[in-house]
Amino acid sequence: MTNAEPPLLDARGVTLRYKTAESLVTATENVSFSVFQADRFVLLGPSGCGKSTILKSIAGFLEPAAGEFTLKGRRITEPGPDRMMVFQEFDQLLPWKTVEENVLFPMLTTRRFRRPEAVERARLFLDKVNLSKFRGAFPHTLSGGMKQRVAIARAMAMAPEVLLMDEPFASLDALTRRKMQDELLELWDELRFTVLFVTHSIEEAILLGSRILVLTPHPGRVRAELNAHTLVHEDVGTAAFRDLNRRIHTMLFGEGAVGRVA
Amino acid sequence: MNAGSAVVTGHEERRIPPVRPEIELPEVAPAGQAEIERVLPLGERLMNLALVRRLLILAVLAAAWEGYAIYVNNPLMFPRFSDVCIAFVTDCLDGTLPERAWTTLNVLLLGYAAGIVCAAVFTTLAVTTRIGTDLLALLTSMFNPLPAIALLPLALLWIGLGVGSLVFVIVHSVVWSVALNAYSGFRAVSPTLRMVGRNYGLTGANYVVRILIPAALPSIVSGLKVGWAFSWRTLIAAELVFGVSAGKGGLGWYIFEYKTQLMTDHVFAGLLAVIIIGLLIDAVVFRFLEERTVQRWGMQ
Repeated sequence: MTNAEPPLLDARGVTLRYKTAESLVTATENVSFSVFQADRFVLLGPSGCGKSTILKSIAGFLEPAAGEFTLKGRRITEPGPDRMMVFQEFDQLLPWKTVEENVLFPMLTTRRFRRPEAVERARLFLDKVNLSKFRGAFPHTLSGGMKQRVAIARAMAMAPEVLLMDEPFASLDALTRRKMQDELLELWDELRFTVLFVTHSIEEAILLGSRILVLTPHPGRVRAELNAHTLVHEDVGTAAFRDLNRRIHTMLFGEGAVGRVA
Repeated sequence: MNAGSAVVTGHEERRIPPVRPEIELPEVAPAGQAEIERVLPLGERLMNLALVRRLLILAVLAAAWEGYAIYVNNPLMFPRFSDVCIAFVTDCLDGTLPERAWTTLNVLLLGYAAGIVCAAVFTTLAVTTRIGTDLLALLTSMFNPLPAIALLPLALLWIGLGVGSLVFVIVHSVVWSVALNAYSGFRAVSPTLRMVGRNYGLTGANYVVRILIPAALPSIVSGLKVGWAFSWRTLIAAELVFGVSAGKGGLGWYIFEYKTQLMTDHVFAGLLAVIIIGLLIDAVVFRFLEERTVQRWGMQ
């Protein structure tokens, strides 16, 4: 690749293994990729390809068995607030804190921002995800989509080097998911953050991603790295969209496979 | 095919629903005259309050008591409810009951606090080390079924008459339920929340105080409640065996004393005080704690 700028996040020959009660599972094998500033980098693959495990390892929760991840040239060894994670689960908000306190919490506990500035940022980002009215609400009173919005605001308010999103919209209903995807793209358009997004939906990968890493299952290995930066919601149904969709589908499931992935 | 004349049993006949014209209303009409909400009559609203219903049951029980006592007419064995109330009020007014209750509560708080400290030590060990986990599991399964009061003779032997022995049995009655509940609460903190906390770089005591303890609070509070109930019963029982320490007796001693004097209405008044204090702590202190925390946070 002829790119003058150095990558923000680098994976070099990463093999990830984790232990279950009975066995040692190899989740990914020799995976390499580079994420650049302002990338919307999508890890795509069927269940069991280790894409979530890759994200957790980048977050610092799992040490690679071989290879390494580097962020701005520094090796990742432990969790840290320079990589903010947004999870799929709705229970990622602290239930004992209000929406605003949830957004403030990481900014204040990490001492990354002083209180007045943190409060200002919390308001700004809650406004950006359209939750200003629910500042004082407790998480259990919010819908699933709203909880995910709070989690996104909380992560973005920290201004992390990279935003790690682990299928954040997978538990939402189809209508809400579609809306959230649009909102995320709008936010990106405005703020140009770097995001690493895990999904098992080909459509979501094409919609959200500027670059898609396609992984094969058991254990995850890189099958392809594709460009999708030109395709958005308006392109669903166009030939280019369908072609890319079919191309990825064939990579994952072979020529004869019919039907769609969810 | 004749519409509507399909053979009921025949799946072989591939039935098609009739095609109907589409309907689209230009605008949904306002909700019209239909009644949307009506206030229920006062009586029905009152009966919907648990407190009112329970007070009603209490009144019926009290009336039954009064009636039966009049019928038996043996104040030595079964005093009338009204006599018990009078005894209760007089002893409250002349300061005897409040003083006895205060003595009991003092000892109780001492034991309760000591029990919680012990429970915190056991829980910390159990959460941080595997041996600690086994230790807590083993000790809990051994000592939880053992009524704390059964240790009183040993306590008297080792520590002697006095507050020390009472505190010893109270600690025993509190520590296991509190430690067990807190431990299972910590174990049940969701992996997502744990990762959220570690994502922010929280470690050590910071992580425990800011993530684990609030997340485990529902279990911790229910452990505290169970511990409270156990310790309250244990203390009253212990005071019945020996109630006077440093010349001051507690509620259990009050009950025992009046029993030996055959003033049964005062015995009942003492029991009433035990019930009321138990209820108050549960309904006021713990309810308040729960309403302000776990209920407000939707964690219960």
